[in-house]
Amino acid sequence: MDYTLNEWVRLARVGSIAQVAVRCQAEESGIPEEDVRAIMRSHLNCMKEAVQSGLDEKLRSVSGLSGGQAAVFLKRLEEGKLLCGMLLGKAEVYAMATAECNACMGKIVAAPTAGACGILPGVVLAMMEEQNVTEDQAVDALFVAAAVGQSIATQASISGAEGGCQAECGSAAAMAAAALAFLEGGNPQQCVDAAAFAIMNLLGLVCDPVGGLVEVPCVYRNVGASGVAFTAADMVLSGIRCPIAPDEVLLAMKEVGDALPASLRETGDGGCAACPSIRARLHLGAL
Amino acid sequence: MDLFDLIGPVMIGPSSSHTAGAARIGLTARMLLGEEIVRAEIGFHGSFAKTYRGHGTDRAVVGGLMGMAVDDPRLRDSLALAQQSGMTVVFSSINIRGAHPNTVRMHITGINGSILQMEAASVGGGNIEVHKLNGLNVDFTGKENTLIIHQTDAPGVIAAVTGALAGQGLNIANMQVYRRKAGADAMMVLELDGVPEDAVLEKIRAANAVQSATFLKRRPS
Repeated sequence: MDYTLNEWVRLARVGSIAQVAVRCQAEESGIPEEDVRAIMRSHLNCMKEAVQSGLDEKLRSVSGLSGGQAAVFLKRLEEGKLLCGMLLGKAEVYAMATAECNACMGKIVAAPTAGACGILPGVVLAMMEEQNVTEDQAVDALFVAAAVGQSIATQASISGAEGGCQAECGSAAAMAAAALAFLEGGNPQQCVDAAAFAIMNLLGLVCDPVGGLVEVPCVYRNVGASGVAFTAADMVLSGIRCPIAPDEVLLAMKEVGDALPASLRETGDGGCAACPSIRARLHLGAL
Repeated sequence: MDLFDLIGPVMIGPSSSHTAGAARIGLTARMLLGEEIVRAEIGFHGSFAKTYRGHGTDRAVVGGLMGMAVDDPRLRDSLALAQQSGMTVVFSSINIRGAHPNTVRMHITGINGSILQMEAASVGGGNIEVHKLNGLNVDFTGKENTLIIHQTDAPGVIAAVTGALAGQGLNIANMQVYRRKAGADAMMVLELDGVPEDAVLEKIRAANAVQSATFLKRRPS
């Protein structure tokens, strides 16, 4: 079962991408559809728990580079002072909490990777709390996201070492954008258009982790990429069509990833990783 | 492609390759040894050697060696837990020419004196590949039902093994055979579409020239 975005749209002509994805997964794994849904529901619960542990202000990573920032961010959200408002603000805070939970060796759900694990939960959980999305709808939205992720993984990459951060946070933003479009009643074409818009906006993003660790800039990029997911979904929900065939955007991402120098593909040598101020902090820390 | 590879695995952070994959390598070694481990010499190569402390790769491998899965919160404290349980762990940074950047080489000793040498790589998204067992080249991922047989290279061993599996009606999806040289140590790795019954495994273990047979059950989503 390896489908392009266009194929998912075609398969979902009757029904939704979520229904098709659940059916395909059930057939492929030999598990009944309701059990496939139950696995995703349990993943959704893990996502909630990860947010809660990530919001702990005392949280710190082994290197000392991350932890405790999501708690600071949450305070401003609760004061109602975030410029981007409650819905996006909450998504961003939750994305950061999840990414910090991950950096501090907490339990997370890779979505599609551990480095980009905050974006999809942030967006979906914020929709549940702020837009009255039900658990069943959220589970369906995660299947739409997984379907999009599968198209990206098979046509481009979801690995920072192969394709740069566009392949990790970019892919996660695309998955989250499709999930948002779905939750707001978008049709299958709008879901994949939203995914394509998200990648278009993050195309070329390099993977430059300081010290090779999944902390800086990863934690902060999970926040920004959540914003991109909302932007992409809002465009398609307004009726704007993606001017490029969505699968071609994935192929462009692959080409761009291949053209990135090794120093910008998770080696910890270039980009943010090469900045002296943070490197100095890293050496003063536990490492 | 499994959709739960895109949303999943549920794992202890921070890195699917440097933490989850590392824990899986440890757990695979533990299952292959088949007994509690009292001593582990663990060598990290490439990116693992450079970043293993910050990614918790050391804790993940040791946790796996103690039988912990990728989502076990005790992975964080595995080094202390290993010490408490009397397991000796020695880490080193090594260089293996031509190896995947996320490679671990380990030498582990079990409570009953069994020894296993394994070289494995974490190849992304928590997926692993075992490349060497006790000095022999192999190639398997543990994602499927895997039967690993250590034998002396001799005529009829493959027929005995496949015959026993056929007796249960088990289909072989993939099969590899490796030997050091003719008549010497050899190894067989079979990926199966089902789970062999205990009686079938016993029959294989009793076959001429077979020294051991270990079954690793397919990893769940």
